[in-house]
Amino acid sequence: MIFKVFPAEELAALYELLAVNPIVGPVLKGRDKKDNALYDFALTSGFADLALDYGQTMHSAKKFFLPHREDLCTFTLSDHDWDKHVDYGAYQHTVLFGLHPCDINALNKLDKVLMESVYPNPFYGAKRSNMFIVGHSCSPTPSCFCRSMASDSVIRGFDLFLTRLDDSYFAEVNSAKAYHLLEKIKSYHATDRDHKLFRHAVSEKNKKITAQVDTSDLTKILDMEFHADVWQEWGDKCLSCGTCANVCPTCYCYGVEEEVDLDLRHARKEKLLYSCNLVDFAEVAGGHNFRPESHTRLKYRYYHKHRGFVEAYEESLCVGCGRCGNACLADITVPEVIASVRGGDNNGK
Amino acid sequence: MSIQGSLGTFLGVEMAKPKVGFFELSSCEGCQLQLLNNEATLLEFLSLLEVVYFREGMTEKSNDYDIAFVEGSITRDDEIERLKEIRHNAKIVVALGSCACFGGVNQLKNRFHDLEWVKKEVYGDYPISTRKAAPIADFIDIDLEIYGCPVKKEEVERIVSRLVLGKAVTHPQYPVCMECKANENICLFELGEPCLGPVTRAGCDSWCPSNRLGCWGCRGPAPAANFKQLKEIVKRYNIPVERLLDRLECFGGFQNIVTDMRGSGGKGENET
Repeated sequence: MIFKVFPAEELAALYELLAVNPIVGPVLKGRDKKDNALYDFALTSGFADLALDYGQTMHSAKKFFLPHREDLCTFTLSDHDWDKHVDYGAYQHTVLFGLHPCDINALNKLDKVLMESVYPNPFYGAKRSNMFIVGHSCSPTPSCFCRSMASDSVIRGFDLFLTRLDDSYFAEVNSAKAYHLLEKIKSYHATDRDHKLFRHAVSEKNKKITAQVDTSDLTKILDMEFHADVWQEWGDKCLSCGTCANVCPTCYCYGVEEEVDLDLRHARKEKLLYSCNLVDFAEVAGGHNFRPESHTRLKYRYYHKHRGFVEAYEESLCVGCGRCGNACLADITVPEVIASVRGGDNNGK
Repeated sequence: MSIQGSLGTFLGVEMAKPKVGFFELSSCEGCQLQLLNNEATLLEFLSLLEVVYFREGMTEKSNDYDIAFVEGSITRDDEIERLKEIRHNAKIVVALGSCACFGGVNQLKNRFHDLEWVKKEVYGDYPISTRKAAPIADFIDIDLEIYGCPVKKEEVERIVSRLVLGKAVTHPQYPVCMECKANENICLFELGEPCLGPVTRAGCDSWCPSNRLGCWGCRGPAPAANFKQLKEIVKRYNIPVERLLDRLECFGGFQNIVTDMRGSGGKGENET
């Protein structure tokens, strides 16, 4: 990795250089009734829109690579024939500016499923290949447990990763594009002093991570605790509303619907992101529902994230961003669920 | 269903053009107005159907229809007769909107034990015949429900095109939260407002929450709604349970739930 450093005030210049493309970044969305700032990823119209000191956004940046609704194909129908049109929806490069390590790791995990698998998803791939990613160091919130999921730092999947030092940015340069970009602003190769400042900044960040999940032997423990009573208890709380999956940066399950337009001359096959917690997720033709009970659905979400995916890819599908727990009105959080399943062998918060 | 009129062909297959009537019982006629609202697709929508009865939209009237869309709830005896006649004439009866499906806003009056007092308060010295408001399914068999106060035109369009094409008509099984999160709204609870989004059937594209109004449950309960947990949530956000019950009672879709909740520690109807 090439490490460079540039003065903090050069960041605006970097933004302007990238602004020939649409730039998506964290923006202030509003405030809750206790006046806490609420952030989300959105298209920015200027450097001032970027709220790079955000703790965590409410939703992930998923809509920019896995939209909630997306046409897989559209049809033009004539009397006895039809034309099919496929549009991957990637017309331009998009810059994702200010992603935290958890969200870049989430993209890396999605890449394994949606780009590197037997049947790659061209809709995801087209958007992903046209992305320029500028990562940004974070200030962990009380619900962040990324370190437990090995997602607190990131080594690939970005062009540029910026860590804020006192009055400068430490830049990890991971692509030729990013290297040439940095040549256009005032920057220099990182010195020993910068390396020390960087490592200090990272250790300060790590101190702020308080929430934890004990992942040791977790796949086996989940197998052992398949019939544990705690699943029923969490299931009783679950609203089966799909909120956790919607805000999750790695949930990619979907359903497909076909609709004919009112003019009966056009039709489309539409993909909708779905959630395994929704009541009809495991309903099959003929009407049988394999998971009619709330706790069975909630359990399988945890089994996919923390067991199945780990066995397939040797890493969890969860990045510890904490969004699902923040958004869950029933207060179901990953650290608490896993701790309860482990039977109190830790007191993860 | 065998339908006479023809819509031409769809991929070479002869299509039926159903004769439809739109009817109103006790209601504000807002659902019917919705049907005339979406000008961008109105002509295409109407071209799928042969409308033979639509008091709000045309002068001509005929009782020869295949599909009857019935808006409104039953609040008078004469409406029961009219409803039965519609059922007799139509092959398919669709309950259109919350009043027809659940009683709607009209059923709020059912909370008063003394309807005579209500009549006196509203009509003074000009009393009319009235009864407890009820959904149309209490009196006739219905084939389909389209929820909402008012109905969402886009959903009606989708349902009508499916009826015409002979495709199965389905409703979302998930609650409004699913659509609200897809729309990336700030959760209304975070803004201090109660919301029935977690328990209400979706399909409205989180119409109210997207406009920062908490859901009032006009589409009735989602199939897996967890009311026990909703009550806990409302308490945790320091919202009086009575405000939750007010919302649950508003459109009539949650009547059984409200009865249960009031029975198990919710406040009685005369307390505030």
